[in-house]
Formats: sequence, C-alpha cells, structure tokens
Amino acid sequence: MSERMSNAIDVRNAVKRYGDFTALKRISLTIKDNEFFTLLGPSGCGKTTLLRMIAGFEDVTEGEILLYGDEIEKLPPHQRPVNTVFQNYALFPHMTILENVAFGLEMRGKSKSEARTRAGEMLELVQLSQFAARKPSQLSGGQQQRVALARALAPQPKVLLLDEPLSALDLKLRKAMQLELKHLQRETGITFIFVTHDQEEALTMSDRIAVMSAGEMQQLGSPTEIYEQPRNMFVADFIGETNLLEVSVDQVMNGRAVCHLGGGHALTCNSVEGIGVGSKVHMSVRPERLFTTDVPVEGEALKGRVVENIFVGTDISTIVDLAEGPQFIVRTSNSERGNKRIFEPGSEIFVNMELGAGRLLVD
Amino acid sequence: MAAGAASGGSATTDTYKEARNWLLLPSWAVLGIFVLAPVCMMLVYSFLTKEFRGGVIWEPSLAAYDQFFFDRGLFGDEPAKIEWTYITIFWRSIWQAGAATLLSLVIGFPTAYFIATRPERVRPFWVFLITIPYWVNLLIRTVSMKFLLRDQGPLNDFLIGTGLIDSPIHIVNTNFAVQLGLFYSYLPFMVLPIYAAVERYNFSLSEAAADLYAPKWVTLRRIVLPAIKPGVIAGCILVFVPSMGSFLAPDLLGGAKNFMIGSLIEEQFKGNAGNWPFGAAASMILLTMVLIILLIFARQQSKAENAGS
Repeated sequence: MSERMSNAIDVRNAVKRYGDFTALKRISLTIKDNEFFTLLGPSGCGKTTLLRMIAGFEDVTEGEILLYGDEIEKLPPHQRPVNTVFQNYALFPHMTILENVAFGLEMRGKSKSEARTRAGEMLELVQLSQFAARKPSQLSGGQQQRVALARALAPQPKVLLLDEPLSALDLKLRKAMQLELKHLQRETGITFIFVTHDQEEALTMSDRIAVMSAGEMQQLGSPTEIYEQPRNMFVADFIGETNLLEVSVDQVMNGRAVCHLGGGHALTCNSVEGIGVGSKVHMSVRPERLFTTDVPVEGEALKGRVVENIFVGTDISTIVDLAEGPQFIVRTSNSERGNKRIFEPGSEIFVNMELGAGRLLVD
Repeated sequence: MAAGAASGGSATTDTYKEARNWLLLPSWAVLGIFVLAPVCMMLVYSFLTKEFRGGVIWEPSLAAYDQFFFDRGLFGDEPAKIEWTYITIFWRSIWQAGAATLLSLVIGFPTAYFIATRPERVRPFWVFLITIPYWVNLLIRTVSMKFLLRDQGPLNDFLIGTGLIDSPIHIVNTNFAVQLGLFYSYLPFMVLPIYAAVERYNFSLSEAAADLYAPKWVTLRRIVLPAIKPGVIAGCILVFVPSMGSFLAPDLLGGAKNFMIGSLIEEQFKGNAGNWPFGAAASMILLTMVLIILLIFARQQSKAENAGS
C-alpha cells in the first residue's frame, strides 16, 4: 500500500478509441510523487488525449487511472483533485485576474475573502500582483500564461497537468518560462505532468520523459537515457539530431556488437536487447560525437568528402558524403575549434566516432 | 490607392473618406425615406386634428394625446379623469410581449445551445430546419395555430385521446394563446442570435471551470451565461419589439378581450371609423416606450460587452 501511495498517477492498460480509430493503444505508466514528468511526441501521438483522460475531459475506453491509489477514471472533472494549465490558457474573459485565480478556491468551498487572499498570494508568486484588477485581455501572452499557472496551482492540486502551455510564447519568453516552471515545481512540491512536442523543452525540464508515437509509448526514461540510449528508430530520430547507418550484425557480446556496412566496412557499437546476429538494423550516432580528420584516427573511421560547413551559432555542422553510406552530419562546438579541424568543402576526410558513440536500434 | 496610402498623405485619407460617404448614400436614402420620413409624418399627424372619414385636417391639436390619457366624458365637457382603457391595452401589450419573450427564451436557449454544440458540418442543417416554418406567410401560420389550439382542434383531441383531460382546454381567445402565437411568430429571432453567441463561445472555458471544481450548473451560470449574454439580449430585443406592436396574433388568437396596442393602431387607420391623429399618437407613445426599453437593454449589452472584452 505504502509503495502504491508513493505513485502520483498509475495508468493501467488505458485504451482510448474514437469509433474505429484507436488514439491510445493500451498504455501503462507510473508517475512518481513530486516528479516533473513529460509526455513527449509529435502531434496526434495521443499525449494530449492521455492528459485529458487524467483531467477527466475524455472518457477512458478501457483501463484504469489511479491518483495516489484512488481510481479516478469514472469521476467527472470537477471531482478530480488535479488542475490543468490549458494550451490557450482558457482564462475567464469577464473576470478579473484575481477573480480568475480565486475561482477554483471558491469552488472548493473557501469563503470569498479567504479565496481572494490566497489568490493574491498566488499572484505574488508569479509576480503579477499589480495586475490583479485587470481583465485577461489587458495582459500579454506571457502574463496570461502565468495567470493560468497561478489559477491552476491555487487550489493546491495533487497533480498539475500542463497542456503545451508554452507553445504560444516566443523563444526567449519560452526559455524563461521553462526555468520558472521548473522552479515552481520544486517550490510547490506538486507533481507536474507536462505535454509537449518540443524535445528540447522536454529534455530541459523533465525528471522523466515518456516518448509517444501513434498511440503507443516508445520509451520511458530520464532525459539522459532518452537522448543517449534511444531504444528504437523513432526515439533516436525524434529526439535531437542523429545519423543513421544501415548495418548487418555479425557478433553480439556484453552489450557490444560488431557489424558491417553494405560494402563490408566493420564497425563496433553498443547493442540493445532484442538484436540477434545476422539481423539488418540501424545504427545511430549523434553528430556531436563525431569528428573529422585527414588521416583515420582509429581503424573504423569512415571515409568521406566534405559537402558543406554550416555555421549555427554555437556550433558548426559539417555535412559529409560518406564513401560507403548516406550523408552524415558532424557537429563541432565552436569552443573546440582550437583542437578540431574544420575542412573546406571538397576535402577528402575521415569521420571518426567517439568510443561508444554508435548504438544499434530496433525498428 | 495603396501607393497613396503608403506615402501617408492625409489627402488620401480624405478622398477615401469622401468616397466612403458617397457609397453610403443609398443606405442613408433608404433609411431616410422608409424610416425617418414615416416617423416624422406620424409625429406631425399626431399633433393634427382628425377628419371624420380618415385623414387629417391641418390644424394643430393635442386632442389625440388628450384622448389617450384623459377621459372628459361623452361630450368632452366633464372634468378630466385618467383614461384607463388605452393604458390598460398598453400595459397588456408590454406584459404579453414580455411573456412571449420569456417563452421564446426558455425554448430558444436550449434549442440554440443544442444546435451550436452539434458537429460543425451538421449545424447549417439544424438552422435550416428552424427556418422552414417561416417560408409560410405569417397570417396563414397564425390561422393554422388557431385551428390547432381550438376546442375541437388536434391538440385537445390528442389530450382527450390520451386520457389526460376529460373536456377540452380553452386556449383560443386567452392571453396564453396570444403569447403562444407571438412566441411561434418570433422564435427564430431568439434562436439565431443565441446560436451565434454559443457558436463563438470557447468551450475550453467550460472545461477550465470544470477543472477548477465547478459543477455543471455553476459553469453554466458563472461562465457560459456571461459570455453569451450579448446574444441573449439581442434575441430578447428582437422578439420583444415586434411582439409589442404585433396585431395578427392578438386579433386572431386573442379575440376582442385581449386587444393589444398593435390592433388599436391598426384600427385607427383602416375603415371609416379611423382616427389618424389618435393612431399616430398611439404609435408615437409605443415608439417612445420601445426606445426606452431598448436603451435599458443597450446599456446592459454594453456592460456585458465591456465585461467580455
């Protein structure tokens, strides 16, 4: 029981069907108490559906949802002790900012004056006290966003659900809000479930991430795990930039695999469970774990020719045509330009992998 | 024009404004000829002396207004008392129109809400269904209403047939029949503005309210209603105003006892017994009353809109 209680949310075999269309295909996951949990995936992957099922806006076709051990999937939204920050904020236009924030408190039976006092404190927390008497339309997008946050946090929900709350903000504001959200989560100790399609946002903020696609969970793990040890093609491709090579597996041992490219060039890389000798799979390697040289540094270096160098602020991306394979992207941080060489387009070079950088993927 | 605008000359703006004024001319002409001129004529007529077989004598007089408000006996030589006949008719009109408006609201609101919450592609179909009865002339619709409601009509037959009642309910020639008639005549004017308002309503606000622990009816009262209030007010005005001056439904369904202001005015202009200045005066009084009610509504409306913006 005590172990069960420590889970904020337990989703068990949750299925969502709309007529013939299955939006969620039997998802099970556990979200821990006091966790910043992110549901990440492209649009239409079912992440928002799952969030709305937890909030109570969508029925659960099959399965169970538990909130700190209590089944909630049959309760109407107003009886669930969770609050939502909506993508379009959904602030009540005819109410002042203070009235907006006080609404949930009043509905929970707080007296009007008590609700307002608490709402005032919440506005202080998001630094909007001076706007308490204004209407939502008189505030900027970023300010409205913070009001929505204050309104959802005011009734002290057991879990806070955030449905792509930053997607309407410009880049700079978004970055600032990412940090603010993270701090708020630490300060309040409330479990956050955050939905986004922005992998960078997910990596920055989350304790754990569930990567979803086509109604299924592809991988669940910490940001580092998701980035460095993607389980399959989808995750490797969706999170960050990656280079993919088609390889045949010759030997698997202790989590390492020896494979060869179509032309016979041998490569050693990390393997994952479920890959057998003789199978044809993809190997993924992140661009920042590659470097170019004019002579091969190690025996497995891939021969190629520089197509183009692209300056992207902090890095330089070098596009290389591999002699035996597709195009590769090699990323060199500008801070490393002293000890790594950038070759002119047309140069014949070798692409070297850092030790353990290559990783096999299941399809 | 675009180049001129880009150069930012105020002359361009002026030409633009001038052109716009000319383009508005037809609208102003129509309004002037068909709205302003008749009202002015009425105003003038109401202060003239009556001709016995209809028409007016061009001699200024307050007799029409005097007749509306005061009773000076058969020969006009007794001390003036307040004349209650017309004030009663007036009051009844307000009351009847108010009741019809309320009835339209009670039926029209759920209807509009229902249509606006259907999937987007079937909504036009539902709106279309609402308009179908209005392809038939108002007079015919009102007469058929009378047939439906009369003592031996289908409604009473049905109710007796089901055993709910033993003898027919008398509906025709009651206030209620008039209210039903008015309600039936003007229902779409209630449904359509509310439909438009509900359609514009952002339903994620209802979700947000539910998320913040508001039960359904609290959400309706505190979130949905304030948001669609302008539509509701517009609907009420559009039903109330024509109901007030209506004469078909009161004549056909109400009978002589349930006379409304519209019938009174109609009578003054049709037939030999007509009294044009009196009809004009009654019209002016009606107009003034409606304007006052509209102003009250309009102030409510602007309050609601300020709150909504």
